[in-house]
Amino acid sequence: MVENRPFLVALSHAVLVLGVLAVAFPLYVTFVASTHRLEDIMQVPMPLLPGDQLVENYSQALAAGSTTGSSAPVARMLFNSSVMALAIALGKIAISIIASFAIVYFRFPLRSFFFWMIFVTLMLPVEVRIIPTFKVVSDLGMLNSYVGLTLPLIASATATFLFRQFFLTVPDELTEAARIDGAGPLRFFWDVVLPLSKTSIAALFVIQFIYGWNQYLWPLLITSEEDMYTVVIGINRMIVGGDAANEWNLVMATAMLALIPPALVVMLMQRWFVKGLVETEK
Amino acid sequence: MEKRVVFRSAWLPYALLAPQIAVTLVFFFWPAVQAVWFSFQEQDAFGLRTEFVGLANFERLFRDENYLASFGTTALFSSLVAFSGIAISLLLATMADRVVRGALAYKTLLIWPYAVAPAVAGVLWAFLFAPSIGVITYVLKQAGIDWNWIIDAEQAMLLVVVASVWKQISYNFLFFLAGLQSIPRSLIEAAAIDGAGPLRRFWTIVFPLLSPTTFFLLVVNIVYAFFDTFGVIDATTQGGPAQATHILVYKVYYDGVKAADLGGSSAQSVVLMFIVIALTAVQFRFVERRVQY
Repeated sequence: MVENRPFLVALSHAVLVLGVLAVAFPLYVTFVASTHRLEDIMQVPMPLLPGDQLVENYSQALAAGSTTGSSAPVARMLFNSSVMALAIALGKIAISIIASFAIVYFRFPLRSFFFWMIFVTLMLPVEVRIIPTFKVVSDLGMLNSYVGLTLPLIASATATFLFRQFFLTVPDELTEAARIDGAGPLRFFWDVVLPLSKTSIAALFVIQFIYGWNQYLWPLLITSEEDMYTVVIGINRMIVGGDAANEWNLVMATAMLALIPPALVVMLMQRWFVKGLVETEK
Repeated sequence: MEKRVVFRSAWLPYALLAPQIAVTLVFFFWPAVQAVWFSFQEQDAFGLRTEFVGLANFERLFRDENYLASFGTTALFSSLVAFSGIAISLLLATMADRVVRGALAYKTLLIWPYAVAPAVAGVLWAFLFAPSIGVITYVLKQAGIDWNWIIDAEQAMLLVVVASVWKQISYNFLFFLAGLQSIPRSLIEAAAIDGAGPLRRFWTIVFPLLSPTTFFLLVVNIVYAFFDTFGVIDATTQGGPAQATHILVYKVYYDGVKAADLGGSSAQSVVLMFIVIALTAVQFRFVERRVQY
């Protein structure tokens, strides 16, 4: 600190505490609403202290879903979301790490053509090619399947760039040493490159897990069966009409269940998260 | 940059690239080509007959008042999201950079909204602002403000902006904090010795040195408001009331999926692609300049 100004330090703390409270307020109200009976929430103003229905609400949501909206059990949705998030994160990492290995460690015809082909995909997010992508997936018979949920989202220019950037910083001496010792490219990849990439992989995993878990438009389009809903879609299917028509206690319990896993990933793996966030934007 | 030492193989690099290229071709290039192709066609109501109509879809689009209004809505929405998001996070990051005690705790408590899905963020805020039962609605009523975003266009816009900004604050905060921490302390100390107070130091030293980060975040936030906020809108206002929150991405979805206008929706997709390409180009030009400072 440059100088001692107790007032400014106090002000900083005050602003930060206010910020933290403002950011946490929606989460707090959601939690409170998920622990009350529907009748209590419907009273204006609703109670702002937790109620005693925590176990009842969460077990009903997990096992049976809502009665007015979608009646799909949330436990199944959480499973679907996990499959989607894990498949997207691991799939992206797997196909991009080998693709960037090929691009960095080999010279071959059309190398820069392939690189640009991957690069251009940055400019085509799902949102701008909704209908045709849906048509392709539907023609391939992948609607309402895990393959359809994950495969189209697995190609990633950002991951490929991240690994390329990292491979370029790996010293050439390592490659030379490996070659002198008689290691082929695959051996070198498995024994040298992969262990060195651990931190990049962890960082990317956190970012892509959240990306996969939070997908909305894509599952909205291709899942029409309740069995295949992800939890983010499930919440919206529970909201059926105006304020009074929804079982807000169950909707809010589901919202808590939907946001806890990715929030935990961010807070517990904060170091990797920050690294991943900063590096994928390079 | 290139590697000096490389491996040699006639087939291995292609095999390693194959999965990525296959997915890219099937799910990126093929649909993109189809979007362009559909945008030149018109389908009858039952999808039985298609006709090549050249640029007619685009002409129809740019004569459509709703579409032009949607550009205005998107511009308003994304500038509100970008400016308020950046201002709030800059304030919080500057404060967090000042405090020594509890810095990590503040950081941890401010970054978790990044993990919340836009659609879920929309539901949380829609509940707080719900016209009859919302907590904030109640407080506003006590203050004499009649709140109902279901019928009031401006309030609906405010709701989607608040929900979108709330989710994005953590992202901006982290980048600003990293930017602030990379500013050399010696510069600030020198200014302090010369008698510049904290506010003056902020505006003449810190803020100009942060400008690369700010510009970068501006682009990222605009892209975020253009595309990623689809979930927020669909979970809350669904474009309403009276299309007050009908942003471009939502319109592509609505016209293509709900109204089944394949040609019109594809033409909109093509327009959006050009916007993304422009934004990406701006971002990349800037990345090269960012390295210097």
